[in-house]
Amino acid sequence: MSTVISVKSLVKTYVVGEVEVHALRGVNLEVQRGEFLAVTGPSGSGKSTFMHIIGCLDRPTSGQYFLDDQDVSRMSKDELAAVRNTKIGFVFQGFNLLSRTTAIDNVELPLLYSGKPMKGAARHKRAMDVLQLVGLGDRADHHPNQLSGGQQQRVAIARALIKDPSILLADEPTGNLDTKTSIEVMGIFQHLNREQGITVVLITHEHDIAEYGTRIVSFRDGKVVADKLVTRRRLAQDELAALPVASAV
Amino acid sequence: MSFVMIFRIAFKALSRNKLRTALTMLGMIIGVGAVITMVALGNGAQDAIDSQIQSAGTNMIQVSAGNFAAQGVRQGQGAASTLVPEDAAAIAEVEGVQYVAPASNTRGQMIAGNLNWNAQVQGTDVDFPLIRAWPTQMGAFFTPQDVATAAKVVVLGATVRDQLFGPDVDPIGQVMRIGSHPFTVVGVMAVKGQSSVGQDQDDTVFVPYSTVMKKMRNITFVQQITVSAASATDTSGTADRIAAMLRVRHKIQTGDPDDFMVRTMDEIAAVRKETTQTMTALLSGIAGVSLLVGGIGIMNIMLVSVTERTREIGLRMAIGARGRDVLLQFLVEAVVLSLVGGIVGIALGYGLSQGLTAWRQWPTSISADAVVVAFGFAAATGVFFGFYPARKAAALDPIEALRFE
Ligand SMILES: Nc1ncnc2c1ncn2[C@@H]1O[C@H](COP(=O)(O)OP(=O)(O)OP(=O)(O)O)[C@@H](O)[C@H]1O
Ligand SMILES: [Mg+2]
Repeated sequence: MSTVISVKSLVKTYVVGEVEVHALRGVNLEVQRGEFLAVTGPSGSGKSTFMHIIGCLDRPTSGQYFLDDQDVSRMSKDELAAVRNTKIGFVFQGFNLLSRTTAIDNVELPLLYSGKPMKGAARHKRAMDVLQLVGLGDRADHHPNQLSGGQQQRVAIARALIKDPSILLADEPTGNLDTKTSIEVMGIFQHLNREQGITVVLITHEHDIAEYGTRIVSFRDGKVVADKLVTRRRLAQDELAALPVASAV
Repeated sequence: MSFVMIFRIAFKALSRNKLRTALTMLGMIIGVGAVITMVALGNGAQDAIDSQIQSAGTNMIQVSAGNFAAQGVRQGQGAASTLVPEDAAAIAEVEGVQYVAPASNTRGQMIAGNLNWNAQVQGTDVDFPLIRAWPTQMGAFFTPQDVATAAKVVVLGATVRDQLFGPDVDPIGQVMRIGSHPFTVVGVMAVKGQSSVGQDQDDTVFVPYSTVMKKMRNITFVQQITVSAASATDTSGTADRIAAMLRVRHKIQTGDPDDFMVRTMDEIAAVRKETTQTMTALLSGIAGVSLLVGGIGIMNIMLVSVTERTREIGLRMAIGARGRDVLLQFLVEAVVLSLVGGIVGIALGYGLSQGLTAWRQWPTSISADAVVVAFGFAAATGVFFGFYPARKAAALDPIEALRFE
């Protein structure tokens, strides 16, 4: 197994007026390729801050971050944008879909910012493929406001997948979803992790959601306080099959 | 990102808020339309002056009373009373002068039978048809005898004849009234049509200048003396000799200013061109201000748009848009606003110019140059006023933008 993410003494300090907020106080962590890492911790413990940094959306105040053995802290803004575009797929709690834009157009969006542009037809086909992967092939032309929360989150997942990222970052992806839909979304994540070998970093404050991962890292006050492998991993597929009514989402 | 794609995104974003887009464009449309119309009017006036000089003949000289340039207080031409009929007689003797016609004008209500009409009354001399190369179509122009006796005879312009007697009617010998004076119709002028400034030249009547002076206005001076030089090449020389002769006649001391003005057609044209140029520049300037206001409107709406779409910007950045992609996206949106507005504005300006020509007979001329410049200006406005909002968008921090409520 090779190391995908490696952070050393990661510190992030926000200065708000006179006050310094220490969001991260020296985080050391390595994530191996193919892992399904769940990050938990109480509110304000620095989980989102951590995800933003490993997602190249933000820079640490100090410390080092190697992504695929490349020193990200030295990259320019444009290089970071390119990394976000090619290596990382984001799934946010609030879905963050463009309203009044069809599902398929939302999914295609990252392709517009690639270094080598694709033809319209090829883009469309690729977007259709990933939509089918998340089970939304028949809703391609629907607008976000015509989709349920679970369906919107799947569109967001499809968008995160379209560039074949090696890492999928999800910040509270089930925060707005009911239990059953949450299990379905976890099912997609587990499928992608298992079948395509995508490294998943899932942020959640719900302990039972964290148990869909292979490893749980706990944050508190900007530090890693626990790091353990999951012994009895939950499997979304089995749980869904056991549900009384088959899903029709 | 390809340019086609950027434009597609811009059009989509703009079509999302159609009313707002239309109103923002309206600012540009009015601005560009106004500039095009004003420039068209200015160019039209210039062209008109050119063709007027062409038709009047370059050997025309005008002598008018007064000299507003020297008097400080600007009086209307002809308001001064220093030119008298004897000056005209003396001018006729000057070397190089071919025709001379003093002018003394008035307006009057004209009545023939039960019809009446109000038109200009031009008091002139027998040389007038020769100077203007303007023949009669019926009867004849009045004679030197009529001028000498201040006879109440009148030659009608075609429009006045149409109004008072009906089209194609022969009114020769009929008696009509101008104000309270009975005049006998002796001729009808050929149809001249509109002047270069859109005036109906046939909406006038001609009587001996002496009649206007003595019988109608009771004055002893003339407003103007129109002179035609025998040779086009010697026009300014002739004008100089007329001026020198008049100074002697009017007993003007050396060093004192003239109490008259002698101007050749070229000089008149130059002055009028300068005036229209100033007018055009002024009007275009005002129109330009509305273009500026249109540009500010674009900037305003783009700033609103950037704020509204902060989350969208954050999202685009999160999935790989670089600052430059975002900048371009908003810049292109602003330019599309201004260019579409500009194109519609050019069409509007064209329509307005044509309309003014058709409705008010104002001469207009739209040059390809003006259209290209207006188009370029519209694009520049979009870039200039769109740049700040676009840069603001591009400089957003992705995380803050994503968090924006
Ligand atoms: N832009 C910012 N400016 C100032 N302080 C910030 C900023 N972003 C985060 N913080 C602070 O950093 C700390 C960590 O925030 P973070 O969002 O990472 O927490 P979290 O673990 O994701 O919490 P939650 O579970 O509620 O999402 C908090 O105390 C927060 O107030
Ligand atoms: Mg958080």
